[in-house]
Amino acid sequence: MLAVEGLAAQYGRAQILEGVTLGVEEGEVVVLLGRNGAGKSTTMKAIMGLVRPSAGRVRFRGQEIAGREPFEIARLGLGYVPEDRRIFGELTVLENLEVGRRPAPPGMTPWTPERLFALFPSLAEMRRRPGARMSGGEQQMLTIARTLMGNPRMILLDEPSEGLAPVVVERMAETIGALKREGLSILLSEQNLHFAGVVADRATIIEKGRIRWSGTMPALRAAPEVREQYLSV
Amino acid sequence: MRWYGRCARRVEGLENIALQALSGLASASSLFLVASGLTVIFGVSRIVNFAHGSFYMLGAYIAWSLVTRLPRGDFGFWGGVLAAVLIVGLLGAAVEVLLLRRIYRAPELFQLLATFGVVLVVQDATLALWGAQDLLGPRAPGLRGSVEILGLRFPRYELFLIAVGPVVLGLLLLLFHRTRWGTLVRAATLDRDMVGALGVNQRWLFTSIFFLGSLLAGLGGALQLPRESVNLHMDLSIITEAFVVVVVGGLGSLAGAALAALLIGELHAFGILIFPKITLVLVFLVMAVVLVIRPYGLLGRRPAGLIAPGPAEPVIRPAPLALRRLGLAALGLAVILPPFAGDYALSVLTEMAIMVLFAASLHLIMGPGGMASFGHAAYFGLGAYGAALAVKWLALPMLPALALAPFAAGLAGLVFGAFCVRLSGVYAAMLTLAFAQIAWSAAFQWVEVTGGDNGILGVWPDAWAAPKLAYYYLTLALCLGGTLFLRRVIHAPFGYALRAQRDSPLRAEAIGIDSFVVRFAAFALAAAMAGIAGGLFAFAKGSVFPTFLGISRSVDALLMVLLGGVQTLAGPIVGALAFTGLHEQLVRLTDYWRLGLGLIILALVLFFPQGLAGAARARWEARHGDA
Repeated sequence: MLAVEGLAAQYGRAQILEGVTLGVEEGEVVVLLGRNGAGKSTTMKAIMGLVRPSAGRVRFRGQEIAGREPFEIARLGLGYVPEDRRIFGELTVLENLEVGRRPAPPGMTPWTPERLFALFPSLAEMRRRPGARMSGGEQQMLTIARTLMGNPRMILLDEPSEGLAPVVVERMAETIGALKREGLSILLSEQNLHFAGVVADRATIIEKGRIRWSGTMPALRAAPEVREQYLSV
Repeated sequence: MRWYGRCARRVEGLENIALQALSGLASASSLFLVASGLTVIFGVSRIVNFAHGSFYMLGAYIAWSLVTRLPRGDFGFWGGVLAAVLIVGLLGAAVEVLLLRRIYRAPELFQLLATFGVVLVVQDATLALWGAQDLLGPRAPGLRGSVEILGLRFPRYELFLIAVGPVVLGLLLLLFHRTRWGTLVRAATLDRDMVGALGVNQRWLFTSIFFLGSLLAGLGGALQLPRESVNLHMDLSIITEAFVVVVVGGLGSLAGAALAALLIGELHAFGILIFPKITLVLVFLVMAVVLVIRPYGLLGRRPAGLIAPGPAEPVIRPAPLALRRLGLAALGLAVILPPFAGDYALSVLTEMAIMVLFAASLHLIMGPGGMASFGHAAYFGLGAYGAALAVKWLALPMLPALALAPFAAGLAGLVFGAFCVRLSGVYAAMLTLAFAQIAWSAAFQWVEVTGGDNGILGVWPDAWAAPKLAYYYLTLALCLGGTLFLRRVIHAPFGYALRAQRDSPLRAEAIGIDSFVVRFAAFALAAAMAGIAGGLFAFAKGSVFPTFLGISRSVDALLMVLLGGVQTLAGPIVGALAFTGLHEQLVRLTDYWRLGLGLIILALVLFFPQGLAGAARARWEARHGDA
């Protein structure tokens, strides 16, 4: 589904990514683990074209997408859920969803606001509420729902559990499980190892802009020294 | 300024007040059409579109051509207006595709410069196509004559205009809130990168918003046809008013534009009755007050982009040796050659020296200071007026009068700066513009003291400096001294503090730099230096006029700095020399010098985004390795 090879990116003169290689298979949930500032968000932005990669290849469903514009990448079926949510604060819940709407590829049941409200029941009660007047958890739901309106085949989920109350994090894990059952491929970035353990099939660890370790979740559980070296604070 | 003359009737009684209010509504309505276009364009593209006034003017001219050629009657008139409006919309879209699309990531002032290039090109294109004389359009069929309201006669067409504003506002609100396109536009106004990441092609969105915005400007212009003559000054007079409305309302806010248009329209209508002597000041005074109390306009919000400063500007490094030699050689020529030059050449050289100091003073604010000034001519002009008034009213000789210039300008810099440096970006630029316009209006309308439009004549140098050569050397000495002093300031600890607060306000505060004080001091210093340039200019020309403080001189200063390059110290010098030289040559060669200048600006914006000095330096370093 997604194959990233030697992806590099920089802000001004500061090199943030120094060759990131990772892959996500169809229907798989892969978690990108790493400490603050390790390059998780930049990896996602560089895949999405929001940060222009300075080197490397990104193949999505067989097409080279590195260096292409974000809207073209989105139209190929790659959805992006940013870490800071970036809800359109003055637009209502329904309008936020409308901005994300794109036609579904043939053979896929398109996401509609009603289907999404079934997945995120709390949103159903605030269809006409402006995004700015929602709680952090509700905004996080909305930003995922908004991306799903584009009927993507895969989504990049940047730190979905960040800043959320434990109860909401648990619901988020259930939601991700439900999306996986829909057949969606997911690359998610996390600092919360427990959350990652619940939702992911495989893990990739990034530090200082490089991939340091890759393996299945059981393998990561069996490797305390890896967790100690790259993840403990 | 457009809306004043019409309202100058004597008013007695309540009926007249009611009529005056209606007249204000008609003005407000026209103003809203133009301002709404400007504000939606800004909302999405973040471009302060100077060329918006040009589309207004083109709307009027194209409508005139179509309406006078089509058969008379309803179809001829309204069909012509409609076609003109659509043509203008397409022209706006074309400008977006050909020019603005390439510079969305450029600094704000650079984009402004680009749109100003379009203004110049359109001015001369209009002159070439339609000629210099004012054109009169036909009356609107079905809306001729007047109706009786409260026993007084009121033009029917004005009533129609009053209705157009709210109708357009209603249609725009429907468009923005009831269509998918409108929802996308509103989303893009809030966070355009996110909209792109959701699969929306922003190019198409931007082009369409320019189509709509320009169409509204064209509509505003075309609807003036039955009301007043079509002329070549429509563009700049409307753009200033529209800026005021948009800024007072809050950039990007449609409802704010409507509210502000109402406020400004009525202010025009009643200002002329209550304060006939300060009508011009009034509007800008209101804008200044609004911005001081509500920095982001009546209904505006703090723009998200302004909170996080961009990446730090490149460090100012000492010039390579070769460049220093080149500078010294140029200076040597400036000292040695003039005795062999004629009077005309001496005048040009004197003006060049003055402009170098003027540009260098603006550069201190814009480059190291990281602030935008759209009204730097105020300080230049106040220096000139300070010196001229000292000669006229105090009968001072030249040198003491010249010595007064930086104090007059510096004082204004202190007062205006205290408000301006609190804001940032477009809002700061607009507040500096407001203050400059207040100064300009005072020079224009305070006839008893300043002589108004006739200016102050007979401001000649003392006998010893009367020969052009002597005055040139005096100017060169003072301007060179001033420019070197400014360079010294940039390399002094004060200059470091100034650049520190520009690149990282928070970190600068954390190490004990009071950003406000530093910016304020730089602003006042720049104003005083511009004042010296202005004083010298007054004696060089032998007279002062309100145009010394006008918008176009502020724009000249901006052009010089941006032409040369903001982030090099040589930039303002190179820019001032290039601009002044170019301007002289173009004016001598052709009547269409604006076209030439406009095209050069556009070429620069597209091909040398770092300015002349910046581009030269980049090439030098590419050839000789990083210095």
